[in-house]
Amino acid sequence: MATSTSTSRTSDFFREVVAECPVDPRLEACLQCGTCGGSCPSGPDMDHTPRTLFAMIAAGMRDAVLRSNTPWYCVSCYYCMERCPQEIRITDVMYTLKRMAIKAGYSAQTTAPKGPGFAQTFVDHVENYGRSFELGLITRYYLNHRPLDALKMAPLGMGLLKRRRLDLSPRPIRQIEQLKAILDKAREIDAAHAV
Amino acid sequence: MRYSYYPGCSLERNAGAYHTSLMAVAAQLGVEFAEVDDWNCCGATEFIAVNRLRAYALVSRNLALAARQTGGSNGAAKGQLVAPCSACYLNLSKVDHYLSESPALASDVNQALAAGGLSYAPGSLRVRHLLDVLVNDVGYEKVAARVCRPLHGLRVAPYYGCLVVRPGFRERFDDPEYPTSLDRLMRALGATVVDFPLKAHCCGGHMTQISRDVALELIRRLLKNAADYQADLIVTLCPMCQLNLDAFQESVNGLFGTEYRIPILFFTQLMGLAFGLSPAAVGIGKEFIDARPALAKIGAAAPAAAEAAPKRKPRRGDQSLPLPQMSEEE
Ligand code: SF4
Ligand code: SF4
Repeated sequence: MATSTSTSRTSDFFREVVAECPVDPRLEACLQCGTCGGSCPSGPDMDHTPRTLFAMIAAGMRDAVLRSNTPWYCVSCYYCMERCPQEIRITDVMYTLKRMAIKAGYSAQTTAPKGPGFAQTFVDHVENYGRSFELGLITRYYLNHRPLDALKMAPLGMGLLKRRRLDLSPRPIRQIEQLKAILDKAREIDAAHAV
Repeated sequence: MRYSYYPGCSLERNAGAYHTSLMAVAAQLGVEFAEVDDWNCCGATEFIAVNRLRAYALVSRNLALAARQTGGSNGAAKGQLVAPCSACYLNLSKVDHYLSESPALASDVNQALAAGGLSYAPGSLRVRHLLDVLVNDVGYEKVAARVCRPLHGLRVAPYYGCLVVRPGFRERFDDPEYPTSLDRLMRALGATVVDFPLKAHCCGGHMTQISRDVALELIRRLLKNAADYQADLIVTLCPMCQLNLDAFQESVNGLFGTEYRIPILFFTQLMGLAFGLSPAAVGIGKEFIDARPALAKIGAAAPAAAEAAPKRKPRRGDQSLPLPQMSEEE
């Protein structure tokens, strides 16, 4: 992917992050102004603010970045992207870091351990049915990842059921095989790029 | 007016009231929404956190189907795809935009789509949010003209959330930090619109599943802000926002010792009521927080909504920041 990140002040990890983004995130232009962290609704609960995280990426602190809860606490509100004076695609960088943390096997070791499991369960459902199947999703996720919390969520599930706001059975899309073929091909292309 | 319509997974069930009410309102306004046949999930905010190209291919299948169907037999207005869910709207418009920006990404995506016999030329659709279509294509005047039961006396907090106004990849129809189109629409229905400084702040999205306390604090701030301005109800344009503020309101009360009881309705539900439709016809009665006391003000008797008893716990400090104020009338 064409980027302008060949400056000597960036680390290998920095270049890896940029290359993993779907389009150039313009991360090399970060001024360390802190607007992103100041705008972030989850900022106070993050291990590192987005600004700090970007400095850590530039410094090549791979392990600390991929273990941090910061990407998982990003709620995709896009305030940072709206306000960043350098138009850096901050939210895309957060998504990229989530993918890299999962790929590097850090899922269970991040300081937001519930994040990767929920995302993976969601993806499995969509890949199998083409749509997100709420009750199945929630049930499977809680039983697999958070059996103790399952009870806490039960009233919500019952409330949704009582109001007929939950599906009791998965309803796959008609051309699920077509979708699977597309997704398989995408996986193949992604794998070819990775080597 | 005919548009291609992408409902998204939430509108199939959890936010069924949104679908019901928007269809009822569209019929009144002479707008037709033709559902994209066999659409799939947009991936919400999760798919892209696990896969890169697969996430883009997932969304692109919908774009490809919509483009093919609008150009074909269903007669929908050429190239206009409408999404009522903010996350779906964002994902569809973002993918279309990034495919246009990066020919390499577009080529990879099209290679994947080809495996399913599909293709998509970036930029061939115009992705719109439902609110945009209703205020800009239909227009406030036409909406106001249909009102036969004005929402006089009802104090409404207009809640936009994030993704309809930010980041505005393709086009903006409102201010990203202090939007006003929903305010104007509610005024056109006769409602009193209260100032709601947090109107474009985040509802927490799927944070309820990742760190519950962080999410509940985000929800609490919004409820407090609406309560501070004595709103009778909060009106929303996104199924995720509705679910978080409605279904988790009791959890907020439990955690913070508050007693909020603010109904959260979809903006199309209020439009329908103002057009004289019955509460049942616009899906009222499925909310966790009973909307009846608020709706009694406009003489609309809603079906009963089941409620849980509030739990009390010691109060936590209140940390919301002072915010600018705006007068309630324009
Ligand atoms: S707002 Fe932009 S330039 Fe400023 S620190 Fe954040 S990413 Fe860097
Ligand atoms: S998009 Fe993510 S990182 Fe940016 S302000 Fe919102 S929550 Fe914070």
